[in-house]
Amino acid sequence: MIQSEATAPREATFLTVLSRRLGKRVFDALRFAGGFGLLSIQVFRELFKGPFYFYLTVEQLLSLGVRSVLLVAVTGLATGSVMALQFGYGLQKFGGTLYVPKIVALSILREMGPVFTSLLLAGRIGSGIASEVASMNVTQQIDAIRALGTSPIKRIVIPRLVASLIALPILTLFADFIGIFGAMMIAKHELNINTEFFIAKALEAITFPDLWSGMLKTMVFAYFISITACWKGFNTDKGTVGVGNTTTWVVVTSSIFIMISDFFLTKLFILGVYRN
Amino acid sequence: MVNRVVLDVREVRKSFGEKVVHKGVSFQVHEREILALFGGSGTGKSVILRSIIGLEKPDSGEILFEGHDLTKMTEDELKQVRLKIGYVFQNGALFDSLTVEENLSYPLEAHTKLSPSEILTKVNAMLELIDMKGSNDLLPAELSGGMQKRAGLARAIIMEPKIILFDEPTAGLDPTNTKRLIQNINRLKTLGITGIFVTHDIPSAFEIADRVAILSEGRIPIIDTVENIRKSNDPLVQSFISEAMAQEKMSRIRHAK
Repeated sequence: MIQSEATAPREATFLTVLSRRLGKRVFDALRFAGGFGLLSIQVFRELFKGPFYFYLTVEQLLSLGVRSVLLVAVTGLATGSVMALQFGYGLQKFGGTLYVPKIVALSILREMGPVFTSLLLAGRIGSGIASEVASMNVTQQIDAIRALGTSPIKRIVIPRLVASLIALPILTLFADFIGIFGAMMIAKHELNINTEFFIAKALEAITFPDLWSGMLKTMVFAYFISITACWKGFNTDKGTVGVGNTTTWVVVTSSIFIMISDFFLTKLFILGVYRN
Repeated sequence: MVNRVVLDVREVRKSFGEKVVHKGVSFQVHEREILALFGGSGTGKSVILRSIIGLEKPDSGEILFEGHDLTKMTEDELKQVRLKIGYVFQNGALFDSLTVEENLSYPLEAHTKLSPSEILTKVNAMLELIDMKGSNDLLPAELSGGMQKRAGLARAIIMEPKIILFDEPTAGLDPTNTKRLIQNINRLKTLGITGIFVTHDIPSAFEIADRVAILSEGRIPIIDTVENIRKSNDPLVQSFISEAMAQEKMSRIRHAK
């Protein structure tokens, strides 16, 4: 009896803390969903209204896109090579080595290229945008943009969004190419599949929808990464500590979104786009 | 003769969650007048300025600028009004990826049809006015705190606004830089600017303000000329004055060193 009386308040406290924390999580998630939606509406409202800052978009393309090329190339090459090795030795047991070109090409185009590139760029672009916007926010530069009669949506969000929407599909295409090239090299030297055969079989397997569906996926991911990073950057407080937290939050949230939405997009494409 | 009212703040109330910052703030600013706004930390001095320029929306009340209520305006309407209001941020808030020249050109490029050479002429004139001639190509990170604030001041006034809001411009500055900034503002005053000077720095405020308003417990209980504030026996005013004296004394000691 004494024991149960003693544990009762402790349980109550535990439950209170748990419900408070869960409540906060739910509130934060709803706040993010609302903020993401509102920012998207503001972006679409201002996207087609002048003035247009093309030079800012070009600057962002250089900063977000061009500087990510090497990273994407290394990752693409490694992914393609590892996939060729794994599938090659895995299928060898069943005499299926000759299927490697088809499987690898399809996997890279449909999944590995878009998802790996987007995950990498969620780290590179997402953290870059988030930390830059958050720093501008805590140093009142965003307020200054507004106070000077200009729009932070136009000057900050739209250039980064457009640059991400252009850069990500192009980088993915590049990663696809490098990945398949890496797989081809491994197939030749490790699996004794000659290059002509590899190319012929890969081209036989892939269709145009495989290519554009992968690129469309990356555009969805690019939209999510850039809007999320900008929204979180605009809502950063607590000084430099807040900037660090914002960056981590954006990378984690974007990565989770990419993984989850990839499943639904793949399912959608299987139902209506992919030939086989 | 009292000049016409440029800005009329009426019964502005503002809360952040449970914290009530303004319980009915009212004051007027006349043309060619600088009004100093005093108040302790966290009394909502900066929030008043942010509400005037539309960076914060008051819960209730009116802010009339040239007869138009800013609290009822949309963001697009506010963009036009903001061209007539200059805002000097506490830390300058210069865009750190742009040079001093680009920072000063920013509002001109965004809102005027001036040619690049005309913009450069205007930027150079402004840099000369704030004693920063030749610092066109410096980035904000290469400037001292005082220079950043002066560049921020120049950017705020380059569009020749009808009213300038100074948000603690001397905070964190050493006496030499404070003196220099106050000289710059005094120079602008001779040109006939209108402004609100939010500050903790009472000696500086006395030097440039025409009237003083004291923000206390969410309201402005006292607003009067600098002369009358200096002579006032009101306990609230006295506490501010004694602080001013202490600061002046400290400042003199620092200068002597």
